[in-house]
Amino acid sequence: MDDVSSQQIAVRGCNIAVRRSGNGRPMLMLHGAGDSGLWLPSMTELAARHDVIVPEHPGYGFSDTPAWLDTIADLANFYLDLLDQLDLTGVDLVGHGLGGWIAAELAVRNTHRLASLTLVGASGIHVKGIAQLDSFLRTDEQRIRDLFHDPAHAEPLLARLRRPECEDVGLKNLTTTARLVWQPRGYDPHLHKWLHRIDVPVLLVWGAHDRLVPADYAAAWQKLVPDAKLVVIPDCGHLPHVEQPQAYAAAIRGFLQGTRAAA
Amino acid sequence: MKIFNFHLMPYRHADLDAIERNGSAWVTYSNRDYEPAKGAGLYHEYLDQMEHADRLGFDGVCLNEHHQTAYGMMPIPGVLAGALARSVKRAKLAILGRALPLLNNPLMVAEEYAMLDNLTHGRFIAGFVRGIGAEYHAMGINPAHSQDRFAEAHDLIVRAWTEPGPFQYVGKHYHFNYVNPWPRPYQSPHPPIWIPSQGSASTIRWAAQMRYTYCQTLSPIAVVARFFQLYRDEAEKAGYQASPDQLAWSNTVYVADTDEKAMREARPHLEALTNRFLKMPTEMLLPPGYSNIDSIKRIRAVKITGKPQTIDDLVKNGVVIVGSPSTVREKLAEYQDLAGFNTSLTKTQFGTLPDDMTRANMVAIAEEVIPHFRDRVPQKSQRAAAE
Repeated sequence: MDDVSSQQIAVRGCNIAVRRSGNGRPMLMLHGAGDSGLWLPSMTELAARHDVIVPEHPGYGFSDTPAWLDTIADLANFYLDLLDQLDLTGVDLVGHGLGGWIAAELAVRNTHRLASLTLVGASGIHVKGIAQLDSFLRTDEQRIRDLFHDPAHAEPLLARLRRPECEDVGLKNLTTTARLVWQPRGYDPHLHKWLHRIDVPVLLVWGAHDRLVPADYAAAWQKLVPDAKLVVIPDCGHLPHVEQPQAYAAAIRGFLQGTRAAA
Repeated sequence: MKIFNFHLMPYRHADLDAIERNGSAWVTYSNRDYEPAKGAGLYHEYLDQMEHADRLGFDGVCLNEHHQTAYGMMPIPGVLAGALARSVKRAKLAILGRALPLLNNPLMVAEEYAMLDNLTHGRFIAGFVRGIGAEYHAMGINPAHSQDRFAEAHDLIVRAWTEPGPFQYVGKHYHFNYVNPWPRPYQSPHPPIWIPSQGSASTIRWAAQMRYTYCQTLSPIAVVARFFQLYRDEAEKAGYQASPDQLAWSNTVYVADTDEKAMREARPHLEALTNRFLKMPTEMLLPPGYSNIDSIKRIRAVKITGKPQTIDDLVKNGVVIVGSPSTVREKLAEYQDLAGFNTSLTKTQFGTLPDDMTRANMVAIAEEVIPHFRDRVPQKSQRAAAE
């Protein structure tokens, strides 16, 4: 796997680790609960045409855990500060899982610096009657296996889990995730009311076999977000950017070409 | 030494195999297995036992709070305390304790405890706990806020008891325009506050600083002794000498005519408590944020929830005392001197132990043990020799 080393940057006194590579229009990628601290082949692929910026959220990995961090909304406001500080415009914002929730909260607040929004297996809303796994009652190993359709993809992450030096980061990430999503579990009961405010093109990318945020959620997002496009990726779980990198990158590229052509 | 009768009020008719298959008696063990007729019978059986303890001369009776579990049927301990407030005539009445962070309105504990203190004319003891990790799964409270909410709720309750109302309270988790509970507590300035814990160093330090009675739950006596020494050290740092009255050991005692008979009789019931009712996966016991990362790593490393324990292990390690009257007296005196406590919070019913055996055990403790300890205090020379 190509790696891109991380740099520390400070945003209003909060230091975060950021990986950044590529040239072109800025693409800000917000990780989920279980895929932080990685530079993935799909990112390299997108970096061919984009300036891909992948921060670790406050409270995760090698970023600070600031005293103000309580909610997903705090992170949405934090990333608006980051966009201001880096003075980025025309940003293609991509959020995975919990990062999708942050991205949606951000876009509800302010899209001035955004060109588009892509939500991948995003949490943040609740759909009645759809069974979801309780990640917090799963073992570390189960929690990683739950992410994938093809179990083979879990192996590299499981190998990383077994490295003792990863234990602290793993517990830090899990603790922050609990702080952010424990109750209500994985959604903001008010978010759905304001998704109509998102006035940039929106793409939804979903793994057909997502067990954490099942594909029924994609349909619900599509109803709530004006004119959202949906691409469901076959043979894929919760992390399309890890499990099906070509299909994932192709979905995003196709969507962005379409929006540019229309613009 | 004061000896209290501590009841967990387990649903002792639970299907132990079903608990085993489910992996735990907590949170996910379906309440389909709760039979109301049997449960109602148990409430009365257990309340009768508490009243019996009062008549037999136990110094107090203790209740506690757990949610969504066959381990204990006391999600709202105040209901049972209310039932006992008038029928327990002499003994202290303790709730050890209410789990403050689980509450969205801790003022209700200030009210509930003040009512119980009035009803008992000041025989009430106010316990405060965070609740174990499983409670955060069961009650939908964020474990990452547990320590903050405990501190805030405690401050609010003590202020509500001691500062004339109405006053405004603005915290991070709790907000009230008017704090002005009626009634005020009967005892002045408020009921004694007791703090049960599994042995968190920060809790022990805080309890010592506040001069609250610290209650050590379910631990080998050597560990209990270490935690109680930590309490005394922290008290010294805070500028005073802790009294043995500030230390309470939560244990299980079973007495029969001979050691062999006591072990044989207690075995299935005690092992049901330890290996079925208490068992839960680490993820349930330690939700993320409930403890700091170092504590979680330490607890994970010893795999606290994994190994089945036999009654022989529990007796050998001094988690419980089981035996003839003379064995129980010897052990209790030895442990009192070793750890330096002056209150024993004793489960006389445990696990699946039926009513007749529980009552026989209570009578044996009342007749053969309590009289020998009424005026006994820890012998410091023994402790010094052990240290």
